[in-house]
Amino acid sequence: MAVPDTDATRSVEPAPAAAEDPSLSPAEGHLEHMHSPVPTVVHHRPPAPEKIDQVDRAPRGVKLAKISQTGDRMFRAVATTAGLAIVLLVLFIGIFLLALALPSLQANQDNFLTSRNWTVSGTELAFGIAGLFWTTVLSSVLALAMSVPIAVGVALCLTQYLHKRASGPVSFVVDLLAAVPSIIFGLWGLTVLGPFLAPGAEWVASKIGWIPLFSENIDPKGSVFVAAVVLAIMILPIVTAISRDVFAQTPRDHIEAALSLGATRWEVVRTAVLPHGRSGVISASMLGLGRALGETIAVMIILSTPAPGTPFSPSIFAGGETFASKIANNAAEFDTPSKTGAFIAAGLVLFIVTFAVNATARVIADRGGAKS
Amino acid sequence: MSAMTTTTSTSTEAPLSFRRPSGGRTIKNALATVYVFLATVLTIVPLAWVLYTVITKGIRLILTQQWWLQSQRGITPRREGGGAYHAIVGTVEMALICAAIAVPLGILGAIFLIEYAKGTKVARGVSFMVDILSGIPSIVAALFIYALFITIFGFGRSAIAVSFALVLLMLPVVLRSTEEMLKLVPNELREASYALGVPKWKTILRVVIPTAFSGIMTGIMLGLARVMGETAPLLILVSYAVGINFSPTSDTMGALPTMINSGRDQAPQLPGYERVWAAALTLILISMFLNLLARAIARASKLKEK
Repeated sequence: MAVPDTDATRSVEPAPAAAEDPSLSPAEGHLEHMHSPVPTVVHHRPPAPEKIDQVDRAPRGVKLAKISQTGDRMFRAVATTAGLAIVLLVLFIGIFLLALALPSLQANQDNFLTSRNWTVSGTELAFGIAGLFWTTVLSSVLALAMSVPIAVGVALCLTQYLHKRASGPVSFVVDLLAAVPSIIFGLWGLTVLGPFLAPGAEWVASKIGWIPLFSENIDPKGSVFVAAVVLAIMILPIVTAISRDVFAQTPRDHIEAALSLGATRWEVVRTAVLPHGRSGVISASMLGLGRALGETIAVMIILSTPAPGTPFSPSIFAGGETFASKIANNAAEFDTPSKTGAFIAAGLVLFIVTFAVNATARVIADRGGAKS
Repeated sequence: MSAMTTTTSTSTEAPLSFRRPSGGRTIKNALATVYVFLATVLTIVPLAWVLYTVITKGIRLILTQQWWLQSQRGITPRREGGGAYHAIVGTVEMALICAAIAVPLGILGAIFLIEYAKGTKVARGVSFMVDILSGIPSIVAALFIYALFITIFGFGRSAIAVSFALVLLMLPVVLRSTEEMLKLVPNELREASYALGVPKWKTILRVVIPTAFSGIMTGIMLGLARVMGETAPLLILVSYAVGINFSPTSDTMGALPTMINSGRDQAPQLPGYERVWAAALTLILISMFLNLLARAIARASKLKEK
């Protein structure tokens, strides 16, 4: 296949078979930006709309081997199936959980949303998620409140303060924090961190215990507070990594403009870096919140389960159960469908909550991306 | 910003007098610097603390040969001895079965997003769902597989059910990292291949994927590290076995996370309790090894981000 000059190359490039169906043509998308200046000079025509026409008409006289489309069609079909399978998978998760939870929800004697009961073993079902919801949200929000300020600090340190040579290894160490399996955080939190934090928790409870949120408790080791600290450590690498990426993308011009006005380093951060990264940090926090809400094993190990009949305590120094820890604690007892259904109902609520949180994170990230 | 404007206004009177920032600004700046470095140190402390705890409590056992070669069959918490071979086998086997499903699916999904549907509404929908999938708690993934396989299809609990649940957790990791790598493959490579008359699917398999290979491997390693440490699916979908078992369809199988979980209630002075920490150290070592491997592969990669 001889190629005499650039003009001919352009017309020959797409195979005729592909040109019949522009959507299948591999080169169709690239031609536009690759050669866009050329036709305006050579043909004195407006470039974009007539490009396809030119390609259609041109290759007369040039013989090209016919390229089989079968392989392409098959591969495209397989890839598309894989893509759509993921969508179906997420939908199935919701549908199946709902389908199995419904019978138990209908048989439920209590109000599912407001009851703090959890009686599922007998023939009469009476369960509600109010207690689980409180503990789950309390521990996660507390974890987020501790984690985000530190994560933002670390991300700023890595991108704006440390030299590139130093920031590489340090950010690797922070990433390694994400490599520690959650069960090990749970074990460590229960045996090492819990006893370490206990005196501080007792002191706080003795001083401001009159506020229900901090009221004195029975077991300071297995408290929501310890679980929240461990959760904060666990979501720290996620929030840090995303914040670091957005901070690193701060336009160089903005930073230099601030510097040229005589800004100190902190003023550069406050006026250029933080405004640029705000939506990224919020989105990262939402992702961290989603992770904290669904964390199972670490919370299950740390939180002490209140004995049945214990009055509900809203305090952060009390024990409790989250959605995930409740399900995991009782995993061995899934024997009757109605009982399993009750736990699946709790799982469904957790799915919906994390879905909403993650979707919000995505929307915020997209908006921030569109703005900048 | 008021401090900055005063500096500029004074400098117009006296021609070009450079001044240090005022006291308040210097203090704020110093405080901010102290804060960010303190935050960084505070982040490293828990990692060092966890590693120190696990290593000091677990190192003695994992240095023995029998830890890597024997199971816990017939060994009670009060007895010394035995190893974690059964749990390592289970953990590795379940992760590999999971990878066998998640890796092809993830790579194909990424190819769909980048090579075929880039910029379309369908791609945005799929990408959104991948985000949702990556945020799904492991316990929900496990409940879904429980609902599907055990309640609806009527199978019993099995190790392979765990692998299926792990697929849901590994898939988004592999897909996202593959997607990032495919984005980095220069368009010129694809165009050169098309210009030679190579069909698109062959271009993807022979040009695009090999170029992005190391990045894809990085994603696979990180995905493996994540699923090997997952405990929730193991709790719901399989029973812990103390003996060696290679069959993925049997209803009991050992795994490192469940080995830790089943032994953690013992009294600290029993020999069984030391084995819990040794199992934890083994799990951390595997996870860290995969992470370091991922980083080494990423370093050797031909494609660099920017």
